[in-house]
Amino acid sequence: MTPAIELRGVTKRFLTPSGGVYTALHDLNMSVEPGEFCSVVGPTGCGKSTTLALISGLEPASEGEVDVFGKPVAGIADGIGYVFQSDAVFPWKTVLGNVAAGPRYHGASNRDASERARDWIARVGLAGFEDRYPYQLSGGMRKRVALAQSLINSPRILLMDEPFSALDVQTRTLMENELLSLWSASSASVVFVTHDLEEAISLSDRVFVITAGPGTVKSTYKVDLPRPRNVAEIRFEPRFVAIYEEIWKDLRDEVLVSYERQKRGAA
Amino acid sequence: MSVRSAARLNRVSAPTQPADRSGSDLAAARQKQAGRRRLNVLGGRVLVAVVVLGGWELGSRIGVIDKFFWSQPSEIASTLWRWFTEGTDLGPLWEQVLVTMEETVGGFLVGSVLGVIFGVVLGRNRLLADVLGPYIKGANAIPRVVVGALFAVSLGLDIRAKIATAAVLVFFVVFFNAFQGVREVDRNLIANARILGADNRRLTTEIIIPSALSWIAASLHTSFGLALVGAVVGELFGATEGIGELIYLSKNLFDTAGVFAGMALLAATALVAEALITALEDRLIRWRPPVATEVRI
Repeated sequence: MTPAIELRGVTKRFLTPSGGVYTALHDLNMSVEPGEFCSVVGPTGCGKSTTLALISGLEPASEGEVDVFGKPVAGIADGIGYVFQSDAVFPWKTVLGNVAAGPRYHGASNRDASERARDWIARVGLAGFEDRYPYQLSGGMRKRVALAQSLINSPRILLMDEPFSALDVQTRTLMENELLSLWSASSASVVFVTHDLEEAISLSDRVFVITAGPGTVKSTYKVDLPRPRNVAEIRFEPRFVAIYEEIWKDLRDEVLVSYERQKRGAA
Repeated sequence: MSVRSAARLNRVSAPTQPADRSGSDLAAARQKQAGRRRLNVLGGRVLVAVVVLGGWELGSRIGVIDKFFWSQPSEIASTLWRWFTEGTDLGPLWEQVLVTMEETVGGFLVGSVLGVIFGVVLGRNRLLADVLGPYIKGANAIPRVVVGALFAVSLGLDIRAKIATAAVLVFFVVFFNAFQGVREVDRNLIANARILGADNRRLTTEIIIPSALSWIAASLHTSFGLALVGAVVGELFGATEGIGELIYLSKNLFDTAGVFAGMALLAATALVAEALITALEDRLIRWRPPVATEVRI
């Protein structure tokens, strides 16, 4: 079967403002199956977000190949959803306008787009808030809007860049559970970037550990916990704890490397 | 401003607030407080007017202020009254006000539309911006009211010269704001729109322009004032009617009360226009959170 996403020997270099070259990713190999939920964890600045930018086509790879459903990525392709770390909903559009944007950009009539948007707004639990502007919503509600905005395009691949990192713990757990139920109703592959190992394990089928920059895949772990999962409770199960310990041993070294570097950089 | 913000906030939080007694008591108390505050502000304003105008009147009556050069409020008021009831030397007062308003609004519209178009185009096109940048900055460095003289010669004494002068003044302010606004669009929003499937046209109309709009709207306040300056300066360079011409005429007759009366008319016009622009801005940028300075529980 063709993997949904495949990165082979991918290197990404950026020019720094001072004229130097910064290597964000080095010889990264990664493959995600259709319908699979994968998380990417790693220390700060290891190039996790860059990986998503490459898959989405927002950024081209410097070397190596990025394939989505067997086809090389060349620019932004259809069928990809992207939930950003910071708020990326459009502040001048209402909830309805935000969610309806995707279908409208794809040529749906205003009426058709609104109808579908209303359906999705209800599905993420925001019925009754259609006419609100983002500033009138809480952080968690804005994330729901962002989710509906992405999912309405029925993406085959959903990229999520620390989407819940700005939320408080309770809201976050709620959102994680909702994400899982929305995902299970779709057939999308998910790549979920996070620095939170607990979040990564409780959501995913597989976890990629990325090394301290330049990033490359250090190891991959299968999470064989049964679904459907309840994110709030799963972390107390012995199997969860065992997996956590195993991955953490691996991740800790990278975090320490990254931390040492930062200290030296600051000194 | 504060009253409108409060109303907007109330509208938003109303459905989620339980309508219990303590809540309604609190709302009533807050309303009372806001009412008292409004009264204080109004009283303060009246006090300022009384002190300034009264001091001026008194000063000129006891001879501390030279009436010939600085006039006095009662004379200014009677000049205004005479213009209003008997008409000015140039014809009925409302005609003069109307002419100046036409020039101002015309220049404001021409200048701001051109400013927005140039700002958005140059903001989106790096090469064009780099090529034209020095010329625009150079043109902006010239004291632009002097082009009024040029237009008075080339376009004649009619309304076109004044509109052109006002438009030039408005253009640069709006242009620089629109340009900056386009440059400052959140890159995440652009990425999000592109991922959602927006093409270049949609990106411009649905992301770039709305985002730049708060910059542009902010510049409209300044630029309406400048349009008024342009219209009046244009009239000073040569005109047959308008408030600027009225002031020019009064000056030639050493009628300082007439000059002040003209200024008072301009100020009143500007205040009315300012209120209209604020209303327009509120409509354009409904999505912006209200400034909740006075709204505290």
